[in-house]
Amino acid sequence: MLKDIFGKRRRYASIPSEQGKMDVPEGLMQKCKGCNKIFYRKEVKKSLHVCTNCGYHHPLTAWERIDSLFDVDTFVEWDAEISSANPLNFPDYIEKLEKDQKKTGLNEGVVTGKGLIDSHPTAFAVMDSNFRMGSMGSAIGEKIARAVENARKEEIPFIIFSASGGARMQEGVLSLMQMAKTSIAIKRFSDAGGLMISVMTHPTTGGVSASFASIGDYNFAEPGALIGFAGRRIIEQTIREKLPQDFQTAEFQLKHGQLDKVIHRKEMRNTLAQLLKLHEKGGE
Amino acid sequence: MKHVLDFEKPVVNLREKIAELKKITQDSEMDLTDEISTLEERLKVLEDDIYGNLKPWERVQMARHGERPTTLDYIERLFTDFIEFHGDRLFGDDAAIVSGIAFYKDKPVTIIGHQRGKDTKENIRRNFGMPHPEGYRKALRHMKQAEKFNRPIICFIDTKGAYPGKAAEERGQSEAIARNLMEMAGLTVPIVCIVIGEGGSGGALALGVGDHIHMLENSTYSVISPEGAAALLWKDASLAKHAAETMGITSYDLKKLHVIDEIIPEPRGGAHRDVDEQAKFIDTVLSKSLKTLATYDEEELLEKRWEKYKQIGDYTNR
Repeated sequence: MLKDIFGKRRRYASIPSEQGKMDVPEGLMQKCKGCNKIFYRKEVKKSLHVCTNCGYHHPLTAWERIDSLFDVDTFVEWDAEISSANPLNFPDYIEKLEKDQKKTGLNEGVVTGKGLIDSHPTAFAVMDSNFRMGSMGSAIGEKIARAVENARKEEIPFIIFSASGGARMQEGVLSLMQMAKTSIAIKRFSDAGGLMISVMTHPTTGGVSASFASIGDYNFAEPGALIGFAGRRIIEQTIREKLPQDFQTAEFQLKHGQLDKVIHRKEMRNTLAQLLKLHEKGGE
Repeated sequence: MKHVLDFEKPVVNLREKIAELKKITQDSEMDLTDEISTLEERLKVLEDDIYGNLKPWERVQMARHGERPTTLDYIERLFTDFIEFHGDRLFGDDAAIVSGIAFYKDKPVTIIGHQRGKDTKENIRRNFGMPHPEGYRKALRHMKQAEKFNRPIICFIDTKGAYPGKAAEERGQSEAIARNLMEMAGLTVPIVCIVIGEGGSGGALALGVGDHIHMLENSTYSVISPEGAAALLWKDASLAKHAAETMGITSYDLKKLHVIDEIIPEPRGGAHRDVDEQAKFIDTVLSKSLKTLATYDEEELLEKRWEKYKQIGDYTNR
């Protein structure tokens, strides 16, 4: 009918495809998540994605982190080919993995390897919260355990930057068991005299905070990072009271004796280098 | 039977009917023996049908059954001269975990387990078996003691999870759990862990790093409760039943995933139907475990423990 042709109502909503979203070119400007001020993206990048106005630490990708810490061209990646299977045949899991692989260019939510920080050799693992919220499944557990084993065999320190919402639901109890697997690997490394430094970045919660992230010889965090075992909402529902604003922040954890130090991103490389130096054989 | 689960109602109804007929036969001249034996035949078939083939969600209900035996019920039946000890020496004593020493077949052992209450009052005192950090730290203190005196450690796992509370976070719930995982990895005495009810997340695992892990047939062990999983994955807690099926949380699932060693059978209708018999089933598996583990020297024990966890997981190379 004629009115169908001229009708104002659109019969189909147009939903932008995922591909479309990814194709949008990066803007010139970026809004700070802490103070909502607008900055030149270039400027933000220069300050390691820390807001020059309010100090908010925006998340770094795994490779941005590596670039911010390691001496140029010294980082060698390990086990890049390891990625998740779908042990429980969980519906849509593989599709979600593939989407995040495309989005991040990573095979899984952690990058491991070794390199030099201010000329000090160290094994390294860094989680990327852009990949399935940094949730830990079998592949992440395996990569971290292998990195720790490599550090033990090569007798070099192990540094890990965590960023994770916790265990990966889609792998069920196998995710839970990665907490044990990584912790046992760290115990073996520690017993052999290895130095482990854990840095918790936003967010480090659930099964990751309740395993390797909390058992470094030194436990650090970036300012403002959310760190805790149970989620705020679950706690509020359980105890039926509102939690303070700063609950489970890095500063809160420091105050409660759960951290050695909160370190600003621009101090991170130097602090780690200093610690590595302090632990070198003979104290040189 | 106070708590009857929905799916077992047909069995209970039939059982009641048989009891009624028996009473009539006894009390009157009427002989209903034939009818009774027919019904008993039917009961057997019905029981086989219902209990022989429990669905994941039905096992969840079994694991949570109000009358399901707890750690203390098994301690009473499996060990002699049990003495409970208290406190983490740092903050307090957590009644959600019981811990102590006893004899098991004339050999001293350390026993640690989550402890739920049997009624509301006890549940409040024991915080529904959901520990705070001091519970895990008490457990670790006793594990270290077991190591010093060369006693095997037996852990009973039965918790919905570590308590999600403000105080628990302030005192380092994460660290307490993580510390236990790490330290249990290095204990030079045998550790046998048995999931007797719900094995909920990190709060369960913090007593669960061992040389042998066993599960009662109708217990569950999972990364998150079915309700929690449904809320997280599908934003709808009422899909818990579906989550229980998808997440692979039964003893049979964990056996298939190579996470546990043995499934300990339960009496027909669940552990609460016959606690003595259940204790005997546990006894058989536990004594076999301890006998095997006693043949390893310290180095072998730790190496095998690492090998056990190292193989857990499923990933690809691509």
